[in-house]
Amino acid sequence: MLALVSPALLVIFALIVLPVGWLAWQSIYHDGFTLENYRRVFTEDVYWRSFALTFEISLAVTGIALLLGYPVAYLANSVPKGWSILILSLVVLPFWTSVLVRAYAWLALLQRTGVINQFLRYLDVISEPLALVHNTFGTVVATVHILLPFMVLPLYATMQKIPNDLMQAGASLGASPSLTFMRVFLPLSLPGVLAGCTMVFVLCLGFYITPELLGGGRTVMVSMLVSRNVELYNQFGAASAVAVVLLLSVLAIFFVVSRFISLDRVLGQK
Amino acid sequence: MTMKQKFGLGCALLGAIGFNSAADAAEQITFVSQGGAYQQAQTVAILDPSAKKLGITINQDSIPDAWPAIKTQVGSGKPIWDVVDTPTGNCLRGGEQGLIEKLDFSKIPNGAAMPGAYRSPYSVSYEFYSSVLSYSQKTFPKDAPNSWADFWDVKKFPGRRALRNHPFATLEAALMADGVAPDKLYPLDVDRAFKKLEEIKPHITVWWTSGAQSAQLLNDGEVDMEMAWNGRVSAVAKEGAKVSFTYNQGILQSTSLCILKGAPNLETAIKFLNEAVDPVHQANLPLHIDYGPGNPKAFETNVIKPERAAQLPSEPANAAKQALMSYAWWSSPAGEAAEKRWASFMQK
Repeated sequence: MLALVSPALLVIFALIVLPVGWLAWQSIYHDGFTLENYRRVFTEDVYWRSFALTFEISLAVTGIALLLGYPVAYLANSVPKGWSILILSLVVLPFWTSVLVRAYAWLALLQRTGVINQFLRYLDVISEPLALVHNTFGTVVATVHILLPFMVLPLYATMQKIPNDLMQAGASLGASPSLTFMRVFLPLSLPGVLAGCTMVFVLCLGFYITPELLGGGRTVMVSMLVSRNVELYNQFGAASAVAVVLLLSVLAIFFVVSRFISLDRVLGQK
Repeated sequence: MTMKQKFGLGCALLGAIGFNSAADAAEQITFVSQGGAYQQAQTVAILDPSAKKLGITINQDSIPDAWPAIKTQVGSGKPIWDVVDTPTGNCLRGGEQGLIEKLDFSKIPNGAAMPGAYRSPYSVSYEFYSSVLSYSQKTFPKDAPNSWADFWDVKKFPGRRALRNHPFATLEAALMADGVAPDKLYPLDVDRAFKKLEEIKPHITVWWTSGAQSAQLLNDGEVDMEMAWNGRVSAVAKEGAKVSFTYNQGILQSTSLCILKGAPNLETAIKFLNEAVDPVHQANLPLHIDYGPGNPKAFETNVIKPERAAQLPSEPANAAKQALMSYAWWSSPAGEAAEKRWASFMQK
């Protein structure tokens, strides 16, 4: 078995473990051992604000993705096979366009002269264009759109495994459809909810393109700090310290989640 | 292995992979710029003519931000590049950190003839661009904003505004809005500049990060006025958008040529550097792209027609209306501190 996986392990070691390890090393070693980069991350306001904003945005994105994704997954699960394939392909379809293109598409929709504002003005609903983009709002909208499949797919996979008999049993015992849903279906789908939320939350923590393009410069997420620090301090250490702190936060989240459900369910969909 | 053997082996290898003459290998340099239309324009205007005149081969490479590569290459002790075209600040900072060769101007007569502000011990100006005040002619068909004080005057000039998400040129603009004369900016009064910026901050719709973004904002009418690079604005105008800009109180910025410390072809690199800022080659550049020559003598060559010259940022009359950015100040400790302060200003 080990012989079989060793090429894959080697690739992972050479392309992921080594570079990440090297970057982490740079964050503590620059002409000698130093904790300066970490001192900065933990004492300067800028970093706290960015980390706080990043977590806020990630929470908002996760919440909205769950609200939007759950009904979609539920529908895909309850309709005949052909329909569910159609629904799921619609969910997956945007995967095939680049994130950059989708971010620009949102710009075209949301900006002052964009489709939505023009339409609302045409209908006379608004007199002044709404500020829909170049702020946190626009960032959240586009990020939700991009991360939605990561919510829908784990939810759908979990729902597929809930036996239909249980719902029928609930109905035969006199429960209304909404009561069966609340007492039987929803609790059984919770592992999927947790899996989907973890995926979306963690991916969102490292998002770069949407806040950069749609945040108007004010929405500074942690990933942007990483890139800016390379420019500002002219060494990788300052940037990798930020990345290491983010990586550790992600690992901490996975650790907490793993106390509740098996990580295989989040990552591998057993 | 002796030098001769090495050379012989090198020639053999070059021959083996299809280079046919050893003479080509004798004098060559690797020149690095930022790619795209800009590097193409240089190839036609400056690089090919220089190579022909000097009888050397110029190998080209391109990179959007040369600084990390300069650091890594010189740090490794075996740089591959010789001459780099990069924002002037990189040359100065590199010089101070021992990454860039100090220039012997007795071997660079074209550079020595340039005004002092256009060169440094480590670099010579290569081309100029300007951070200008641009505006939509739809919003301002007449009485357009013409100074940074106008840009800051939200009552007289209502409209949506954008600035670059970077302290370079932005602090200078703030100080000019506050009444500092373009030629009295340095050393920048950083506190005063940030205080002035706080004033306009609530009225800034977008803090742009890339030149492409600034062009898109102007083109789509997303903002009514913004600071942008002159070449970006004229490109948008050429596409048919009703936009314009003024050189008045523009901030004149440059990229410069400098040579990596321990460059493999130092002698040839110096010869090339001198040739590249030759007034005639320099005068050819603006015929291919909207950047001004780094050598002001280019305007005396009659290669650039007067009507074209009037459009260029470094044309003497235009330059006189603008502030010349001091890269020496920006790479000083005070400048670096101001750069770091920018992040907390943006997030407050």
